[in-house]
This record gives sequence, structure tokens and C-alpha cells, in this order.
Amino acid sequence: MPNLSYHRPSSIAEAARLARDDPDAKLLAGGQSIIPSLKLGLLAPSAFIDLGGLPELRGVRLEGRSLRIGAMTSHAEVANSPEVRKHVPALAHLAAGIGDRQVRNRGTIGGSLANSDPAADYPAAVLGLGAEVRTDRRAIPADSFFKGLFETDLGRDEILTAVEFPLPERAAYVKFPQPASRFALVGVFVSLTGKSVRVAVTGAGPCAFRVAALEQALAKRFAPESLNDITMPADALNADLHGSAEYRAHLIPVLTRRAVTQALA
Amino acid sequence: MSSTRAPLIGQPVERKEDYRFVTGTGQYTDDIVLPRQTYAAFVRSPHAHAHLRSLDVAAARGAPGVLALYTGKDLTSVGGVPCGWLIHSIDGTPMKEPKHPILAEDKVRHVGDPIALVVAESAREAKAAAALVEVEYDVLPAVVNPATAAASSTSVHDIAPDNICFTWAVGDKAATDTAFARAAHVTRLSLINNRLIPNALEPRAANAHYSPASDSYTLYVTSQNPHVERLLMAAFVLGIPEHKLRVVAPDVGGGFGSKIYLYAEEAALVWASRRVGRPIKWTAERSESFLTDAHGRDHVTTAELALDADGKFLALRVDTIANMGAYLSTFAPCIPTILHATLLAGQYTTPHIHCQVRAVFTNTAPVDAYRGAGRPEATYLLERIVERAARELAIDPPELRRRNFIRKFPYATPVGLTYDTGDYEATLDRVLELADVRGFPARKAESERRGLRRGIGYSCYIEACGIAPSSIAGALGARAGLFEAGEVRVHPTGKVTVFTGSHSHGQGHETTFAQVVADKFGLPLEDVEIEHGDTAKVLFGMGTYGSRSLAVGGSAIVKAADKILAKGCRIAAHLLEASDEDIEFRDGAFRVKGTDRSKSFAEIALAAYVPHHYPIEQLEPGLNENAFYDPPNFTFPAGSYVCEVEVDPDTGAARVDRFTACDDFGNVVNPMIVEGQVHGGLAQGIGQALLEGCRYDEESGQLLTGSLLDYTLPRADDLPNFLVQTVKGTPCKHNPLGVKGCGEAGAIGSPPAVINALLDALAPYGVRDLEMPATPLRIWQAIEAVRGKR
Repeated sequence: MPNLSYHRPSSIAEAARLARDDPDAKLLAGGQSIIPSLKLGLLAPSAFIDLGGLPELRGVRLEGRSLRIGAMTSHAEVANSPEVRKHVPALAHLAAGIGDRQVRNRGTIGGSLANSDPAADYPAAVLGLGAEVRTDRRAIPADSFFKGLFETDLGRDEILTAVEFPLPERAAYVKFPQPASRFALVGVFVSLTGKSVRVAVTGAGPCAFRVAALEQALAKRFAPESLNDITMPADALNADLHGSAEYRAHLIPVLTRRAVTQALA
Repeated sequence: MSSTRAPLIGQPVERKEDYRFVTGTGQYTDDIVLPRQTYAAFVRSPHAHAHLRSLDVAAARGAPGVLALYTGKDLTSVGGVPCGWLIHSIDGTPMKEPKHPILAEDKVRHVGDPIALVVAESAREAKAAAALVEVEYDVLPAVVNPATAAASSTSVHDIAPDNICFTWAVGDKAATDTAFARAAHVTRLSLINNRLIPNALEPRAANAHYSPASDSYTLYVTSQNPHVERLLMAAFVLGIPEHKLRVVAPDVGGGFGSKIYLYAEEAALVWASRRVGRPIKWTAERSESFLTDAHGRDHVTTAELALDADGKFLALRVDTIANMGAYLSTFAPCIPTILHATLLAGQYTTPHIHCQVRAVFTNTAPVDAYRGAGRPEATYLLERIVERAARELAIDPPELRRRNFIRKFPYATPVGLTYDTGDYEATLDRVLELADVRGFPARKAESERRGLRRGIGYSCYIEACGIAPSSIAGALGARAGLFEAGEVRVHPTGKVTVFTGSHSHGQGHETTFAQVVADKFGLPLEDVEIEHGDTAKVLFGMGTYGSRSLAVGGSAIVKAADKILAKGCRIAAHLLEASDEDIEFRDGAFRVKGTDRSKSFAEIALAAYVPHHYPIEQLEPGLNENAFYDPPNFTFPAGSYVCEVEVDPDTGAARVDRFTACDDFGNVVNPMIVEGQVHGGLAQGIGQALLEGCRYDEESGQLLTGSLLDYTLPRADDLPNFLVQTVKGTPCKHNPLGVKGCGEAGAIGSPPAVINALLDALAPYGVRDLEMPATPLRIWQAIEAVRGKR
């Protein structure tokens, strides 16, 4: 591991200043992706700015018709939160299925979203629920947050502070795991809020994305049968040892049907 | 004095060694830190195949903490990594045996091939310096696919321009061909036995130390056979006498075969320790393990089975290409030949068998024995083709097997083995009952109500264990004997230390062997300690692999214990004033037959070490005996497995729902340990069938499954609760314990059962074939491929 500086700011403002002053510094959340990358020599930042000392970034709060989850809230905290389990059980289920126990105790929702791993689970929920990503300077709608492979709308020194999830009437997340890593080979998050249907997919593209054809079919009738004749084009989908683009294209409607069935259960 | 108690043999005694393992007080190679310890890192090739144009080591030599740096040029005075088995081709020529340099000389031949050794004050500094070595490569095309290696215009080694190491065969080709000509039915099958990466929990590690005071070396190393390591290292690599090298294999965290071999890293460390003048330690990182541990399996096979109109097997014809990788690992040539082709009779009376094996070099890591070693490859092809024949002939698969079972023993197969004993019908009958095969249709219907396809598959395996009669092994190309050695040292107090040449790296020898010796002498278990893994303590040993430890190592201990009892009888005769013939050892005491006069085991031990009243003219004092045991034959464990899978046809995901195993291991010393061994073997076998597959990029030769993110090891939730039953069945007839070996059975018997079950589940779709590992992607593709044809 390279030598690097370590900062543990005590306010968001201090964290922002540190990030602004050192273009080669990296914000450190739970460290579940960045530390392995460092050990593998894929990354050599000048400094870590550890957000772990900022309690205001942590916790789950119900605010009217939305659920505010602080960026530094761990996956385990989301999975076990009574508010999340009551109001968006699909999100608690998703968080409970991330990585293993150790990862869930260290990894955070903000870290996962800022990293935008193509196979991460949270992006599907953020996009699938139409959440809003809050930073130290603005609110970013989910639809404009994910930009590409490990790429988001966040500025280099912008600090993700919280995510606001509107409460859906129905929602479900179904993940088909890559056998070795158990990341999502394909994961599908569906939600129904009023007349609005969202279908968000992770694992299949460079970043999470919505599928308009599936949403439109479900908007007509929110039922698994509505998807019976829909096929997905394989173009531009991910392909690797564990799944061809065609296989991923096949799985998206299959898993969406299952998610709808679960959401209706 | 009598100490009558129930025998320990047959009891599920808790493992003595587990206390230290579960409390973290085991002592593994990496735990050993010697005074003035230094650390090593290796510079490794990023290319599968390249000439080394130049090496610039100046920056690395000058890096902080660096003590020494060596390249292939520094090691010209030492030998290469030796191969312990010589195979001859059909035409009588010896196999091509290219030099395997300790550090690459002019060429690198697989990704991870070591080029330079850096020694530094810390592991971190060694690694950082290794990254500063600048190597210029002339990259060559890589030979990756074993199926096409012989046709490649690229040669891995100059001495094998066509990449063929040997072309070997066993069996009567003419008789086999004749039998095919009169067959009523011929079943054909092409398959790949997928390449596996061992992944022992503890990575390979070594710590080498040279003492100028005694002009001798000590090597602590993750080895399954420290004496073999010493022999190979001293005689073939360093050219030093064996008594100047001590090899210690302390606690070792799993091997599965991968720690049998002498590896280049260990040799480099021992060699360098003298030059550096300080002990050097190296522990592989997991990614180094993936690249450089000897891999397993990797066969490309076609098989044909000839049957008569009644389903009797007439002949079997097999053609296999076996991947040796870039260099010949210690036992590599014997795995696809002696341990594979000779097993092709299986449990059946097939009168004519011919098998040709072509071994090829490729630009991949060396391939050698991995849990089962050759026997899983034989069992997989045989049990796949038998089940396919049953399907083609519309005969119930167990029934087809039954029609062909060997029933008379001893049975000489047409491929060179003689089975001493067995009862295949018994294990098949039992497993069909245990697995509730009758209930399968109801379970299948229930699965279908949930949209899932259920299938059932069978496998009846045999393996040759207790490796091996030295004379037979020698005739087949072994460059070593395959006996085992043991020593029983009775202390003056009557407590016992047993030294064995077997090595436990998870098998539980400290318990099992102690049970055997405690029963032999009528002692409590805690009075017996088992020592292993140190050439300075143990007289000799050939190590642990091939399910040989109890059958061969245990037999050596029994022989030594018998010598102790024989001597004890003579001492007792003197003390009890009886003739030698009137003394018997029974219930823990030496007794004058037909009287109540006796001496306890401890009394005799004390008398031997305090020989005040002792037949000193006829008998040496002390009570310590050695024995070497060379088995007269292999042992032949066998069993029947039934697997039920559920397949989700929409995703291709498959799950083993039920797995039932009935094994005949002969006598069983510790049924709990045996059951654990079967569980572990099944996990690895199911892993091979569904999850594990080493993949190299066909063009570049890069390892695509180079970490646990892409190489799928089985996890607990990938496996069902196993239903495992061991029957005493037919004890081995030629070793004193009547034991056969159990360590590899699960890994040997299970892959075909799983794939047969999958093919049963997918038969309604018209799927006839599936490659291992049968991942969800492959299952979905298989269904789609058939759909596409319709």
C-alpha cells in the first residue's frame, strides 16, 4: 500500500474544504471498494478524507412521505431499520442482501452510490424508487445521478450527504447473483407509486438504468403477465464469464416479472 | 491388572487437534518468525509466453530494505524443479522432460512464472522493490487450449516442438476394436473435465534458514510430504546431501494435492538463504496462489461404450488429451495415466478397455494431482457414458449398472488393476433406499408445481487408494517408493509417542492414528501422541495424498506396534517366569495364558527402561520400534451416489436439493472424521460440477478466473444437507486394519451424479449434454441451443 495522508474532519464544511484543497485526495466512506483497490495498486490517492466522524451523515429518518437515509448509514443499519422495514421493505431486503455481514457492517449507502459500481445493488433502488441524492451543495434527481461506469454526476469534491426515498405503494428488488462474487449479475428494482411505475436494472449495463418498455407495460397493468411478450435487446449490455449480453437481456424481464409478483404479494 | 474397555476404533472420537485450531494456537508456516528474519517477493511474468529480452534490476537492488535480488542467471549452478514420474510413449520413447528452471532463464511460459527473487527486511519492501524490476519481453503467441496444442505452430518447449509430452496407452486395442465391431449398440460421449484451482485455505508459504555452524539448511514449508520435499530438494535441486537439510511441515491448512509438490519458490528460498545469511520467508498472496499453485483435472476426452443387446458392456474406448501446463509438476505425468486410465473398468465387468492419453504442454500453470487425481476424471467419463447408454437404451440407469457389476473377487480388470474385494450391489441397494428414489416422481411433480424441473442422477464409483505397492508403481514409472514409515516409542511411564511419515493437513491423523494405537495397547486416548511433519523427528515418510494415510501409514504404525507387543511378551515372559509362547497380550496386559498372572503395559515399559530384572543377554533394553510398510496392492473403496437437482428453467439456476452417498470404506476407525471427509469431498465434487472452472483467455493466456470474484468456490449455502452413510461392507483384505481410504471419494463420485441429474431434469427440453461447471449461463444456453434447433 502506498503512503498517504489521513484526515478525519469533524464537520461537512471541513471535509469539503479538505477535498477542495487536495485534488488527489479521496473521500473515504465505508472503504469496501476503495481499500481493496488501494491494496491491489489500482488507486494511489494522496490522502483519505474519512467521513466516519460525521454523525450528521448517519441514520434513517421518516420525513413526511419520504425516508431520508444519511450517506454514512451502513447497509446493516438500513437492513435493520424499523422505519425502512415498515415503509420500504424492498429497500431493507436489498440492503440485507449486499455482500456479507462484514461488508454490511462497514459499507455505506453513500459510498456505494458515489462509487456507482455497475453491479452494486443500491443504484437500482435509488433509480427504481425515483429517489433524490442530496449533497453538500444541491439535490440531484436519481435520473440524472448515474452517468456511466463508476461515474456519477457528483463533482470531484462534492460530498454526498443523504438520499431521500419517496415511499412507494409497492416495491420489490430481485437479484440474480453472479455465482462467484455474488454481486448482481442482474438485479431489478420495481416500484409502483400512484400511477407511476419504475423499473431499474443493475448489473447489466455500465451503470444502473431504467427500462421504459417494461415500465410502460406495467403502467397499463401492474401484473407479471403484462410482461409476457416483452423481450429486451442485448445491445450494449454487459458480457463476461458469468453472463453473455443475451443472457442478461433474457434475465431482465424474467426478474422483473418476479419482482412484480413479490411487490404484489 | 486389567484395563478392559470398549474399543476406540469405530467411535466418533472428537478430534484432539481441534482445540488448537479453534483457539487460534495452531502453528502454521507463516506464524514462524526466526531471529533476523527476512522476507521475499517474486517478480512474476505478466505474459503467458515471452522471451526475456532484458532485465534491469538496478532500481530494485537499491530500493529501501532490499538485501538481495536474484534472477535465473544466478541459479545456473542448481538443478530445475524435478519430476517424480517417468511415462513412456507407445513407441517406447520417454516423455519429453524439459527443464523447469527455479527462476526463468530465457523464457517465461505462463502468467506468474517467477523471474526474480527479491529479499528484503520486510515483506512490504520486498514487494515494492519487486515492482521496480524492469523486464523487457518479446511476447510470443500463447498455447492455451489443450485440445489444439499439438496443432499449434508455437512450441512451449523446444524439445517438444508439437507440444506433446507423451502419447501413452493401456489396454488391448485390437480386442477392443473387435468388440466394438460386434456391438449391438454404441454410446458416444465427448466431454471436458474442467480445470480446477485448488484454493487451500492456507496459501503456500516457506521459511528457509541456513546455519553456517552446522553447514545445514532448515526449511519450514506448507508440504503434504516433508521427506519427499527434502529428497527432491537435496538430491535434484541443490545437490546437497539429505542430512544437511531438515524440512518441517508444521500445521498445514489444507492441501488437496496442491502441497505435495516441490515448487520453485521453496527451492529459491533455500538456495538464497545461504547467500543472504539470514532466514527468508515467503507467503503467497491469494492471487499468487491462483496463478502458481498446481491446478487440477483439465482433460479433453472422447469415449465410446459398446454394449450387447442385453445392455452388457462389451468394450470401452477412451481418448484423452491431458493438459500438463507449462512444466511437469512432481507427479503430473502419472495422474492422467496410472491414476486415470487404470480406473476405467469402474465397478463393471467390461472385458475390453483401451485408453490412449496424450499429454500436452500449454502456457498455463502446471497441472497435477488434485483431490482424486485422475480417478475423478475416469469416474466422470465412465458414469456419464453409462448413464447416457441407459437413456439411449431406455433402461433404468441403476439397472444397467447392476447388469454389469463385478461380483466375483479378486477381479483382474483389463486395465491392470486387481480388485481385492467389493460389494457394489450392496451400496447401490442401500443408496436407492436411503435416497428414497421411489419418492422421486412425487417430488418431481411438486417441483413442477413451483415451475422447476427436477432430475435424478446416479454414480457408482470406484477408486484405487492406499498408494501404492512400490514395485508396481516403479514398473509404471514412479521414481520413488510409495511405502510408509512409522515409529512407536513407548516411554518408561507407558505413555506413547507415535511418529508417522503421513502428514495431516486437516485429515485428523492425530486422533485417528491415536485411536488405533490406544486400542492396540489398551491405553486411554490421551496416553498416545502422534508426531508428524518434521524430517528431524520422523524416520522417513512418503506423505499424505491418494487417500493413503491410514491404509499405508496406519499399517506401518500397526506393524511397529506389533513389534512392541512381541518384545513386550518376551519381557513379560522373563518377569513372570513363563516361556515366551505362554504369554499373550489381552485387555491391556501381558498375561500368562490360562492363569491370572499378568503385567500391565506400563509395568513392561518401565521394565524395558529400568532393566534391573531383564533378559539382557537376549534382549536390548528400551521399547521403541520402527516399521516400514509397503502395501501389496491398492485398496478399492467404492460406493453409490444419488443426486437430485432442481433447475429453474427461466434463469438456468440449478440447485442440488438432495445428495445421498453410500460408501464402502471397509473398516472405519473414526466415523465422524470419515463423514467429514465425505462431506468435504462432496462439496468439492459438487463445486466442480456446478461452480468451479478455471478459465484462461484463449488468445493471451491470461488467467480470467484469477480471484474469488470470478472463481466460484462452493459455499455452505450452495450445498444441501448431505445424507451420508458408510457401510462396513467389505474390509480390505491385505492391510492389517482392513481400511480402504475415504478422503477423495466424495470428490470422485459426485460430479457425474450431479451432471446426470441435471441432464435428467433437462431431458424434456431435449438437452443431451452439459459441460462442467454447469453454471446458470451454461444451462440457459443449453436450453436455448436446443430451442433454436427446433
